[in-house]
Amino acid sequence: MIIPHPLLGPRDAAEFVYKGDASLINRPDGMTASDDEMHDYAYLRDNPAGEHRELWYHEQGDRSWLVVTRNTMTHDITYVELARDVARASGRSR
Amino acid sequence: MRYSALKILKEGLTGNKGWKPVWREPDPKPEYDVIIVGGGGHGLSTAYYLAKEFRGKNIAVLEKGWLGSGNIGRNTTIIRSNYLLEGNQPFYELSLKLWEGLEQDFNYNAMVSQRGILNLIHSDPQRDAFVRRGNAMRLSGADAEIFGREEIQKMCPFLDYENARFPIQGAIWQPRGGTVRHDAVAWGYARGADALGVDIIQNCEVTGFQIENGVCKGVETSKGAIRAKKVAVCVAGSSSRVMEKAGMRLPIESHVLQAFVTEGLKPVIPGVITFGAGHFYVSQSDKGGLVFGGDIDGYNTYAQRGNLPVVEDVCEGGMAIMPMIGRARLLRMWGGIMDMSMDGSPFIDKTHIDGLYFNGGWCYGGFKATPASGYCYAHLLATDTPHKTAEAYRLDRFRRGAPIDEKGQGAQPNLH
Amino acid sequence: MTQSHRIDGGQIDRSRSLKFEWNGKKMAGHPGDTLASALIANGVQLVGRSFKYHRPRGIFSAGSEEPNALVQLRKGAAQEPNTRATTVELFEGLAATSQNHRGSLEWDLMAANDLLARFLSAGFYYKTFMWPKAFWEKLYEPVIRASAGLGNLSGQADPDSYDHGYLHCDLLIIGAGPAGLAAALAAGRSGARVILADEDFVMGGRLNAETHEVDGQPGADWAAAAIAELSAMDNVRLMTRTTVYGSYDHGIYGALERVTDHLADAAGKPRQVLWRLYTQRALLTAGATERSIGFGNNDRPGIMLAGAVRAYVNRFGAAPGRRVAVFTNNEDGLRTAEDLKAKGIEVAAVVDARKGEYVLNTVGRRGLKSITLSTGPTIPIDCLAVSGGWSPNVHLTCHHRGRPVWRDDIAGFVPGEGLPPGMTVAGAANGAMTLAAALNKAHEAGASLASALGAKGNAGDAPTGSDENFDATPFWYVADSKPRAWVDLQNDVTSKDVKQSHQEGFRAVEHLKRYTTLGMATDQGKTSNILGLAIMAEASGKTIPETGTTIFRPPYNPVAVGAFAGRARGKEFRPTRLTPSHHWAKENGADFVETGMWLRAQWFKRSGEKGWRDSVDREAAAVRKSVGICDVTTLGKIDIQGRDAAEFLNRIYSNPFLKLPVGKVRYGLMLREDGVAYDDGTTARLTETHFVMTTTTANAVTVFRNMEFARQCLWPDLDVHLISTTDGWAQFAVAGPNSRALLQKVVDDLDLSNDAFPFMACTECTVFGGTPARLFRISFSGELAYEVAVPARYGDAMMRGLMAAGEEFDAVPYGTEALGVLRIEKGHAAGNELNGQTSAQNLGLGGMVSQKKDAIGTKLSTRPEMNRDDDLRLVGFRPKDKSILLTAGAHFLNPGDPEDMAHDQGWMTSVAYSPELGHSVGLGYLKQGSERMGETVRAYSPVRNQDILVEVCSVHHIDPEGVRQRG
Repeated sequence: MIIPHPLLGPRDAAEFVYKGDASLINRPDGMTASDDEMHDYAYLRDNPAGEHRELWYHEQGDRSWLVVTRNTMTHDITYVELARDVARASGRSR
Repeated sequence: MRYSALKILKEGLTGNKGWKPVWREPDPKPEYDVIIVGGGGHGLSTAYYLAKEFRGKNIAVLEKGWLGSGNIGRNTTIIRSNYLLEGNQPFYELSLKLWEGLEQDFNYNAMVSQRGILNLIHSDPQRDAFVRRGNAMRLSGADAEIFGREEIQKMCPFLDYENARFPIQGAIWQPRGGTVRHDAVAWGYARGADALGVDIIQNCEVTGFQIENGVCKGVETSKGAIRAKKVAVCVAGSSSRVMEKAGMRLPIESHVLQAFVTEGLKPVIPGVITFGAGHFYVSQSDKGGLVFGGDIDGYNTYAQRGNLPVVEDVCEGGMAIMPMIGRARLLRMWGGIMDMSMDGSPFIDKTHIDGLYFNGGWCYGGFKATPASGYCYAHLLATDTPHKTAEAYRLDRFRRGAPIDEKGQGAQPNLH
Repeated sequence: MTQSHRIDGGQIDRSRSLKFEWNGKKMAGHPGDTLASALIANGVQLVGRSFKYHRPRGIFSAGSEEPNALVQLRKGAAQEPNTRATTVELFEGLAATSQNHRGSLEWDLMAANDLLARFLSAGFYYKTFMWPKAFWEKLYEPVIRASAGLGNLSGQADPDSYDHGYLHCDLLIIGAGPAGLAAALAAGRSGARVILADEDFVMGGRLNAETHEVDGQPGADWAAAAIAELSAMDNVRLMTRTTVYGSYDHGIYGALERVTDHLADAAGKPRQVLWRLYTQRALLTAGATERSIGFGNNDRPGIMLAGAVRAYVNRFGAAPGRRVAVFTNNEDGLRTAEDLKAKGIEVAAVVDARKGEYVLNTVGRRGLKSITLSTGPTIPIDCLAVSGGWSPNVHLTCHHRGRPVWRDDIAGFVPGEGLPPGMTVAGAANGAMTLAAALNKAHEAGASLASALGAKGNAGDAPTGSDENFDATPFWYVADSKPRAWVDLQNDVTSKDVKQSHQEGFRAVEHLKRYTTLGMATDQGKTSNILGLAIMAEASGKTIPETGTTIFRPPYNPVAVGAFAGRARGKEFRPTRLTPSHHWAKENGADFVETGMWLRAQWFKRSGEKGWRDSVDREAAAVRKSVGICDVTTLGKIDIQGRDAAEFLNRIYSNPFLKLPVGKVRYGLMLREDGVAYDDGTTARLTETHFVMTTTTANAVTVFRNMEFARQCLWPDLDVHLISTTDGWAQFAVAGPNSRALLQKVVDDLDLSNDAFPFMACTECTVFGGTPARLFRISFSGELAYEVAVPARYGDAMMRGLMAAGEEFDAVPYGTEALGVLRIEKGHAAGNELNGQTSAQNLGLGGMVSQKKDAIGTKLSTRPEMNRDDDLRLVGFRPKDKSILLTAGAHFLNPGDPEDMAHDQGWMTSVAYSPELGHSVGLGYLKQGSERMGETVRAYSPVRNQDILVEVCSVHHIDPEGVRQRG
């Protein structure tokens, strides 16, 4: 596969490490989250057959974490963002 | 129809005209006691044991495609019980014992071949871990031995003992491990279940569940609605897609595992060999092909095909440990979709919806579990209590903090 | 042997002769020959044996679809089984043997199977060999395995090398037959960057095998001119001997180039190169493959595809027979007769199924002697050319699970939905079955693809070729034939097997394939799949498209495992990382051990030492007595800077880090998000905003990855930055009572007294008169100890300097083994204890996990099952009988309990012989271990034949109060 890196252009997927669903960005605050919230965050996944937003890390590159929108049926990649931007857009900060 | 050498002789002399269909092709009835969703290895073995051991009546298996078209039809055929953890070992040992009597039990030669499995050791910490595992296996009544280099060299003279990047320091050996002709397992169970009255309905896709007041009363299918007292889902590879129809999210991701077969060769490899310092395991089929595989591709997919970096990684592992296979040609490669669970271990459990049961999360180890999975799932369906070897495979184990994590990798499916 | 069947014409170089050996017989051919054409020229008909019945077989095709003519090529370690004689280029000295027979090829003892065929029908083995149970592994299976398989691997390491290559292009054209050449001309002239790949060693495809004309000249001449024009274009790369074997995601194609397979000697070049082609667009012009017809005994040597007969006659100047008949269901068969006559070969009969005439049976065990026709006569011949029509080569269109669709007019499958994105198909592969149509469509495709890719040049005119009659009437097999009719030649699947498969309920295409093994042989059913499908369709009373199709997966043709592995084998399997003191260690007698990618010194052998234990005991004792030096560079090192660095660390580590003073080091325990203990190490605060972390060697990469995840994804606005400095700093442990005295000589202007630089102090400093360094007073051994780091380029000098400075103290270097002994004596956890399955509670570090903050893993570490009072605790062990050495991996049982998992009490994680204590010591997890000090338990290790009593003790086997490290 080839991942179009938003800063570096097309890069072979072999340069990246895969983590999983981009929902892993939405980590609840451990001091306030309920047991269920933390369990669901850590363990449950939508795992869709189709469009999937997912985290890739450019380990053999610039060490950016990316959110890649990729179809799990066709592997077609339609959108790639810096994970940091996604995190900020979803209200994460410090 | 009972199969035997005599039967073959008789049929051979009369033009092979008397062979009967191995299974019926029934239309679905309006209602069953138990509907098993998924006509793969686990679904068929569940039906077989439910009918045979638990005297279940009025059972149907619904299969979206042709029976055996799931991962039972595309795997690397290895059986073993070399597990470490308490939650796993007795279950896989039960499975191995069932394999050992399977063919006589269902009167079908699935070529259960216990030629042994050899896991190579390349470092001291790995040896310590394998000794612990071997002892755990022995404590559970399984068989295990630790080999030094000399014993391995006698058994496998073709491994690289001179120039390996990760030298071979020993191995753990399970003599009762081996391989089975995978398709024949599906056919044998299907034939056995069919003979016990189970309706196996092919080309029948489940499109929804009939859930009324928190109770599952049946399924919607491409062949119409079918009512059932119990619905048992058993569709590893598609678990999330199917259970989503019941509103459930699972601790599972779908990943592709590629596997490879070479052209046929005269016998060169004695049993199953695994090379843990690379990603590579290999056996040789009765037809002569080297059957091998390695790591999963590592990203979520349902596409049943993988990519080149993993093909290369696996072949590198093969060449690193047995450089004689360089001139063997890779004939077929394919990708199977795995239910990769959050701790690398499966689930056999009731769900929070009455009458709806779930079996899945087999990662890349479902084939060897086929008999025990069916047996334990049948036990659960018949008695509503888990079989004692499958008690740990509960869906709530992560809430309780009791993962069964053989690899110690935590809640990241692609690391298991 | 003379070339008895060599005839005039063809594209072989008759000016040179190549000697070769077939089954030990010396023969000769010419450059331009394949092994198959040379064997035909030498009058050889019998070349192999089939898989199951060991039927005698001859050459069936002239290409990579060959099911029969599989040979073992070359000798010794280079022996290569299952090689298609039809694709092997002849070279001087070539040696090949037949395979899969016991006794000679002519008198194969295994041919007895053929006599038992009626008992060996489809799936017979599933129905028997079950009694007695023990006989399967002992008798039946070994016999089956020995008779199955095809050729032999040498059993020796592959002596050749393989390489990987990467190419980029606008347009990849797959197949250089008439369509591929026309498309390449159009795209190349337009200016697109084109790669044209073909598996043959001469481009041109069927043009070389036929007598068709293009643009008014003989097809082969036109092809040669086209190749010449393409060769002159800088924007076109021609790749012969290159099979595009697979289509992968995002326009990536895999291709195998056979670089030296056609040479007697590789002369240092790689045997094959595995190319990864990155393409914008791809055009599949892979042509079509001819298929056979089922009739009685249609598998005899001398029975050949009609197109192959034309190829041998026209391209290779080799006559497959002297008296030939043709059996066809289409016009192509008739062309065969014309071409043969033109070469002066006698055509004994043309049997045209469209006229209702069939071949019923054939005779001739080791070579065809005659055929019997449905019309009555028996005709003596030595070659039968068969054409059952042509199947478009749609294989690569299916690699993304595209499904071909049936076209009645050509009686074949053409590409359907689901093509790999960016792929276009043209020519016969797309169902354009005439030369004129193929040239036209392909030219059009090449031009329009080039234009779509932005090429502006003039594509020129489409070449013109004959629009020959392609009248194909589906005719699959002769129902009246009594003897067996083969469908899959290699795997011995007959029409009866297909029908039996239907009879027994194996009716889905995949069931048919799997039950009968149809299409599962090395040729992947290229000539047989459609025939099998047609017979199944007839048995089911359905059409072929209703019955289904099998889709294809990579590889298009089999690829050597060695090619996929490339250069990654032997010591080059994975990169090797060397520590900064590696060369010094090598000079000083070190034995090295693989630690992940690293090579580390395991111990340093001195003269007189008999085994590794002597060295390790000496090194460990020397550290405790005086001082030792160990290269610990492999520990992960992460530089953490920023105003929020302390806050960030406080969320990464489970224990508090906010209040760590500048100039101090703290031990940190990391959890995974699931609350399980993950990694440990020390982190030093050099300034208010600058920390230096160490991780374990094993987790160096993943800890950094996870910290970047936390930094970018969880808390994107914390002011903190991370750099991995594992390779940037060489680090050495200097441990032992004399470590202070030694280092005092090394550091510049720094007071190392206990008051000035106490336990867990750290500082930046210089050593040896100005070399920048970092000094940490930390101890893994439990002794007074330091770790000193210098930029990696000074690492070698630092090691030498430390050893020189330590000479007066008898300083020793110590390796990973002594390091392990010291840490086990001291009771520090390492990889065997931190195995990813254990919690802080298990480790006895539960108290460290702060509940007052939200660090990674804190929340989930509080789940009930991870906090059971009766859970495992890490404790120490010593043998009751001090002379016995403990075994890691032993399980604990209470004395008197039965040996089963229900009574399992835990396991021994690490053991070492302690020279200090004079006996073996261990660490391990024991249920409620911390409450069982002084108890005796069994350490049970059946796989090591050990069953001993051990005493539970503190993990701190030495200096439990920590006096030494603080002294």
